[in-house]
Amino acid sequence: MSADPLVEVRNLKKYFPVRKGLLQRVTAQVHAVDDVSFSVSEGETLGLVGESGCGKSTLGRTIVRLLDPTSGQVLFQGQDISTLGTRQLQPLRRQMQSVFQDPYASLNPRKRVGAIVGDPLQIHGIGNAASRRTRVRELLEIVGLSPEHYYRFAHEFSGGQRQRIGIARALALRPKLIVADEPVSSLDVSIQSQMLNLLDDLQSDFNLTYIFVAHDLGVVRHVSDRIAVMYLGKIVEVSPAEELYTRPIMPYTEALLSAVPIPDPDAAKRRERIVLPGDVPSPINPPSGCRFHPRCRYATEICSRTEPALVDYGGGHLAACHHPLNVDSPAAAGRDASQALPG
Amino acid sequence: MTRERLLEVRGLKVRFSTEDGVVRAVEGVDFTLDRGRILGIVGESGSGKSVTAMTLLGLTRSPRTRFEGAVLYKGQDLLGLSEDKLRAVRGGEIAMIFQDPMTSLNPVYRVGAQIVEMIRVHEPHTSKAAARRRTVDLLKQVGIPHAEERIDSFPHEFSGGMRQRAMIAMAIACNPDILVADEPTTALDVTIQAQIIELIVRLKDEYDSAVIMITHDLGVVADMADEILVMYAGRIVERAGTRDVFYDPQHPYTWGLLGSIPRLDRPKPKRLHTIRGVPPSAMDPSEGCTFGPRCPYAFGRCSEEPALEARGDKRTHLDRCWLGLEQKRTLRVATLEGRVEEVG
Repeated sequence: MSADPLVEVRNLKKYFPVRKGLLQRVTAQVHAVDDVSFSVSEGETLGLVGESGCGKSTLGRTIVRLLDPTSGQVLFQGQDISTLGTRQLQPLRRQMQSVFQDPYASLNPRKRVGAIVGDPLQIHGIGNAASRRTRVRELLEIVGLSPEHYYRFAHEFSGGQRQRIGIARALALRPKLIVADEPVSSLDVSIQSQMLNLLDDLQSDFNLTYIFVAHDLGVVRHVSDRIAVMYLGKIVEVSPAEELYTRPIMPYTEALLSAVPIPDPDAAKRRERIVLPGDVPSPINPPSGCRFHPRCRYATEICSRTEPALVDYGGGHLAACHHPLNVDSPAAAGRDASQALPG
Repeated sequence: MTRERLLEVRGLKVRFSTEDGVVRAVEGVDFTLDRGRILGIVGESGSGKSVTAMTLLGLTRSPRTRFEGAVLYKGQDLLGLSEDKLRAVRGGEIAMIFQDPMTSLNPVYRVGAQIVEMIRVHEPHTSKAAARRRTVDLLKQVGIPHAEERIDSFPHEFSGGMRQRAMIAMAIACNPDILVADEPTTALDVTIQAQIIELIVRLKDEYDSAVIMITHDLGVVADMADEILVMYAGRIVERAGTRDVFYDPQHPYTWGLLGSIPRLDRPKPKRLHTIRGVPPSAMDPSEGCTFGPRCPYAFGRCSEEPALEARGDKRTHLDRCWLGLEQKRTLRVATLEGRVEEVG
């Protein structure tokens, strides 16, 4: 991993307007991503986890500019891409690709596999027809399909194979960054593990950087170097992968981990399962202070009043909480990350 | 303690004729369910687990479906029952909740009205007012806040978790003996999933009923089920008490499933275990063991299909695998640790 981040996200916000009435006036805003900052180094995998509606997919899409940010910056190799126009973005699109969740919806049913995987090459004017065909065949082999699949249609493949086609398409332009949005959640476990191993191989073979969006904490732990936990549009904890599971600081992370089913009856009985009350509140009117406070068992008065800052607890482990867990003493808790400058 | 036997399924086969040929969805399934128990049915897409469940309620009936075997509810065969009589059983004695609560609730009727209707269909003598009072109680029981007001909400005004709670309220409205839950938490977030599982177990205890829990996730049934069936290609490949399935699994497919899950309770492996290939098509009948083509340990004898029977010292632990007990023990450790050894 190099020291320079490949991607740096600064105070990124993405709001969606809620329109009502005949004139479609904007009556409210959905705070899908609300002031989020982090960076991803080259060759790293950052896992983005959270429950439905937390903004993880929106964040992933905004980073690769499938969505335009409301405010804030996305720096790709040091260049701010958040305000670039379509034409200026075009060369950068070669560097950033996406893999989507639903392999049924993300492949054009009218196109043959060869065209699906080869389209990015054609759009970017790479090579001639013959060299593109060779390259596509090569890509199919890389992702574990056979070159003979070139003339087939997507519907002739199983879910796992379709996801391989989606991955081949994303690899076609030799990107640096791949944003994978729930790439395995629609697959059966035995196929899911094949896919995770494939993504792992591709990362080392092509020095890829992944932003891996998923809700399954087991899957995220397996693939990620670092993990960011999102809740209602905010990043509430960022940590090296292993540490998040052994030493969660934010009570939401603790609850999320405790709710993951364990395929071991004794271990499942032994552990304390924290059942969170109620549902995730609406991102249109997020709760005041800490957004998690209405469901948090440690919440006190300050939590509803003041929004906690993302604080550095050392070793790259950041959390936003007034009542941090697994921290030796409150005094030892680090400083506000935004002011954390040495000296 | 002997418990009342509620359900006995014997040699169940379900086949659908389609334009492309015959789909053999379920190919010989046997199990029993007693009052107070939770049975987990685990399998991947196409394993026949949902078709089995739907057949219990007669939901797979059609002119193009062929059944074999028997589904005995308290001794009465449901497969041969007339549609009228079956309707009384369905919902009244055996109720089902489905994976996607949005498509199971009627979007144009209020949630409460749908539960009221359910009660009055099964108990026509109940007055509308009484059924409504019971519905409020049911919604409270399943943990819907402000039940008196929410009874008049439409399904789209509920969150996913609340909709599944409403579905459960509807399912238990007529105090059924058996609750069949087909992937009830798959569409939900983990924190909501935990709530729903807790609710299903609590209601089973309160109503002294029985539950069939169908899932693709071994983790979901680990701490709730008493017995587990592992299904593959329309067959049960392993059937045993829950602890035995997790701590003494006998079938290579079960090992494969256990090994494929990225687990939070274990150190992270370098590579995940995978099951090579893809499940067989239900269209072409295979010779021999159905898992054979994907099994790393298949040998000569696997060209003949093994029966589901007790092969070890436990009478209640059944599997379909020819490997010897000793061999299974060694190979299992290898599989679960991510190594694959050749069969000598």
